[in-house]
Amino acid sequence: MRAAGRAYGRAMTQTTSASRSESGTAPPLVTMREVQKHFGDLHVLRDIDLEVDAGEVVVVLGPSGSGKSTLCRTINRLETIDSGDITIDGSPLPASGPGLARLRAEVGMVFQSFNLFAHKSVLDNVTVAPIKVKRMPRREAEELGMRLLERVGVADQAQKLPAQLSGGQQQRVAIARSLAMQPKLMLFDEPTSALDPEMINEVIEVMTDLAREGMTMIAVTHEMGFARRTADRVVFMDAGRILEVAPPDRFFTAPESERAKDFLSKILHH
Amino acid sequence: MGSLLASRAAVWDAFTTTLFLAVTAGVLALLVGTLLAAMRVSPYAPLRTVATVYTEFLRNTPLTIVFFFFVFVTPSMGFTFAYKVAAVIALTCYTSAFVAEAVRSGINSVAVGQAEAARSLGMSFGQNLAIVVLPQAFRTAIPPLISVLIALVKNTSVAGAFSVLELFALSKRLTNAHSSDVIAILVGIALCYLVICIPLGRLAAALERKAAFAR
Repeated sequence: MRAAGRAYGRAMTQTTSASRSESGTAPPLVTMREVQKHFGDLHVLRDIDLEVDAGEVVVVLGPSGSGKSTLCRTINRLETIDSGDITIDGSPLPASGPGLARLRAEVGMVFQSFNLFAHKSVLDNVTVAPIKVKRMPRREAEELGMRLLERVGVADQAQKLPAQLSGGQQQRVAIARSLAMQPKLMLFDEPTSALDPEMINEVIEVMTDLAREGMTMIAVTHEMGFARRTADRVVFMDAGRILEVAPPDRFFTAPESERAKDFLSKILHH
Repeated sequence: MGSLLASRAAVWDAFTTTLFLAVTAGVLALLVGTLLAAMRVSPYAPLRTVATVYTEFLRNTPLTIVFFFFVFVTPSMGFTFAYKVAAVIALTCYTSAFVAEAVRSGINSVAVGQAEAARSLGMSFGQNLAIVVLPQAFRTAIPPLISVLIALVKNTSVAGAFSVLELFALSKRLTNAHSSDVIAILVGIALCYLVICIPLGRLAAALERKAAFAR
């Protein structure tokens, strides 16, 4: 399901890998098998099976409470699962300890509420993980950090504290912070849901650029325009299940399930 | 007041002893208390249990009994400390439980997303705590921590009952010797405590201003 013709050059994030070659034999980057999760009595993830290839952009849609954020958060184990398997790049997700930390270092995560470190400057937010987790020399990390901040258009704010920035700027810093770890995969958990409407586009543009450069992405979002234009596949969830997986043009024009039709009619015609 | 001035060398000695007890036990209690708070939020259940039991036990034991333990009980177990050392140990053990609770309340005030972001970047539990959570936790914990330290300064007076000649012990000695001057002596000694505690309060205000940051 890889988008043909996508540029695989990755100016800033050259970590992975020959595995994104066009051979088609490469194993999926993310595999979820028979994943189940409960919050108390609530069955939030039911029989989740999903594979995401390297270089693919998957957008997860669904009504609120459908389990899409939880699905996203299980992939770097911010949420544990009750049963089933999740593997990343062929290896199962470690339960805890240094193995899990190493894996998380390779999976970027962007949160709805940005979660920038409130006591650190914008630049320090971007450099702290490369310095402390990857033992990158400070100088090198700061050069990388400034390049990334430039790329997301907030280099002029580098010395400020996060709270001094607008929501859109904060979210772009958060994306730069994740990219600084040169991840194989980026998870976006409703990255624009906390933003004022006029700031949504600046974040969507950064995400679109990333996708164009070949970053593997799983994005939970309500931005239908992004899903339509950028996704390779749309995953539609309801009540903890994946109801539909389809390329965006098919999903938006001819959804199969009644639930998806209902969902689309509500969000597209109001 | 005359008798106080006449024995100003003794007052100075007692004052420095009080200050020594407060500063030494204060620094140690901050370290031990922070460690206890870290244990309370650690992913390892045994550490959490040890820290919880320690904190609940020492927080709810009268300080005099803690002193009693290190002055009279541990020697029978083969650990004898000089009185001053025993006083520092007792004050540290007692105060660290309160520091732990103040720091823990600070940790709980840090938004969950901060720790989640740190984890998602690959930080270990220790890095998460040291780099992301504790620096923010201390900012909220400053007012309760200063209250704990002020209480510590006054609690050093318990050492006076255990053969350490600090301000309170000296005041007893002076009032016994100059019974006509009791009020002046007590007021003078009280002023000595104020000299330590008021700057601590000011320090708290200054630190709070400095640490104020928008979230």
